[in-house]
Amino acid sequence: MTTPTLDQLYRSEYGKLLAGLIRRSGSFDQAEDALQTAFEAALRQWPGDGLPANPAAWLSRTAQHKLIDQQRHLITQRDKSDALAFHLHQLAQDQDDQDIPQDSLRLMFTCCHPALPQTSQVALTLHTLGGLKTDEIARALLVPLSTLAQRLVRAKSKIRDAGIPFQIPADEQLSARLQPVLTVLYLIFNEGYSASFGTQMVRNDLCQEAIRLASLLVRLLPAEAEARGLLGLMLLHDARRATRIDSQGDLVLLEDQDRNQWDQQQIELGCRHTSRAFQQGRPGAYALQAGIAALHAQAPSSAATDWRRIAALYSLLYQQQPTPIIALNRAVAIAMADGLEQGLALLKHIHLPSYHLLPATRADLLRRLGRPAEAADQYRAALVLVNNQLEQRFLARRLQEMQSAMALSNSPLPDRQACAP
Amino acid sequence: MQYMLLCCIDEALWAALPDEQRQTVMNDYDKLIQEMVTTGHYRGGGKLLPTHAATTLRKEQGELMVTDGPFAETKEQLGGFHVIECEHLDQALALAKRIPPLAVGGVIEVRPLDPAYQL
Repeated sequence: MTTPTLDQLYRSEYGKLLAGLIRRSGSFDQAEDALQTAFEAALRQWPGDGLPANPAAWLSRTAQHKLIDQQRHLITQRDKSDALAFHLHQLAQDQDDQDIPQDSLRLMFTCCHPALPQTSQVALTLHTLGGLKTDEIARALLVPLSTLAQRLVRAKSKIRDAGIPFQIPADEQLSARLQPVLTVLYLIFNEGYSASFGTQMVRNDLCQEAIRLASLLVRLLPAEAEARGLLGLMLLHDARRATRIDSQGDLVLLEDQDRNQWDQQQIELGCRHTSRAFQQGRPGAYALQAGIAALHAQAPSSAATDWRRIAALYSLLYQQQPTPIIALNRAVAIAMADGLEQGLALLKHIHLPSYHLLPATRADLLRRLGRPAEAADQYRAALVLVNNQLEQRFLARRLQEMQSAMALSNSPLPDRQACAP
Repeated sequence: MQYMLLCCIDEALWAALPDEQRQTVMNDYDKLIQEMVTTGHYRGGGKLLPTHAATTLRKEQGELMVTDGPFAETKEQLGGFHVIECEHLDQALALAKRIPPLAVGGVIEVRPLDPAYQL
């Protein structure tokens, strides 16, 4: 057995330990203080005394002692009945000490309380539930450390001052309160997944954190189909991670990815969660997206993909979320299922100014139709709008291909047919 | 903890409602307040007359200015307030979302009272 380093312990145990300490103390600050003290004590004592048999339990005990010290200090300033009440309370709480997953769940609802701004929800969730240190979170979210620190301080004082509770919402509110939690987890995942820059390792951690927290949600709230849908969605996307970027660091489109390198075990797991979510009732937005991802993940090739079902799922999704982005994706699926011209016609009705994927999609359909001059114009329009460096390189490469194709078509060659999707 | 529920609504919108609808809202209001009194949550509150009845004081360059109207021109105007005693924000929000004018365009701000200055 390998002995975990303090860094690894921090990563794996910090969030769990903190959740329990917050429940005991009712205070983020006191809990963080106590846990910090415990890690500092470990840093001092372990090199000399050797690693304790159960390091996580050692950290938990040390932090709890510190917490009790803090609270004793506080109650000496109050009267004795308060002190008695406190000890009874402490005694009652000690009995459900094994309640760590429930604590994490409570903490998730606190961190993602709708009374907090979303940027704070994300920062606080990563900070308290994940094992990422503040500077790692700042790097992963691409914000200055001072900005992140300020967000955390403000969020914690809002929780304290506004009286945001540390509890799992009542049944009738559960579904509504689950929404922001799912949003935050998906934001964390996407932050890690769609990154084109930033420290790659830290960004991958974001995906892992989001999946870990979503798994916990599904385990504790198995009847919530959308939580399961989100978990399926993230597992399926993440299973393709290794093939999204080639050895030169360039973006590889879904149709060109090496499907043998997709993580089959994770795809199976993702598909299992997705079908369970579909069985649990009318599929919500996450389950539908997971269904689309599952169809992609199970297809042996882009050409052999069930584009018709994908288009149908996008139509259902559009009914729930009538956004132009979903309309765009639906148009692509219809282009692949029913014909490129039909997809192209649908794009005319989509209004998405300043979004590079609209001209980029148009360009791609024109390219497939063998109309390089028009495609080139659209690639140029997309290049003006794109921010992400990876996508920029990809679009520039395509533009060059179109320009060579135009040069070729100027020479007397037989009519080129549209390449099949 | 004590929370103040600041109930705001566009006065013009409120005035334009049919009498009957306004009456229904106020009847529902009475019932809710009665309930909060019974459950021990209610600490007090009141309904304000429209802002045309307001007078604002401020000092400008040391001189007291008395002007007509509310202190701020906003889309919604403060129309009533309640102070309730709750264990935490979620409980306060659960009560606040039952405030009847919410259904006719009202907006409710839920703000904790400073613990040192509670009712």
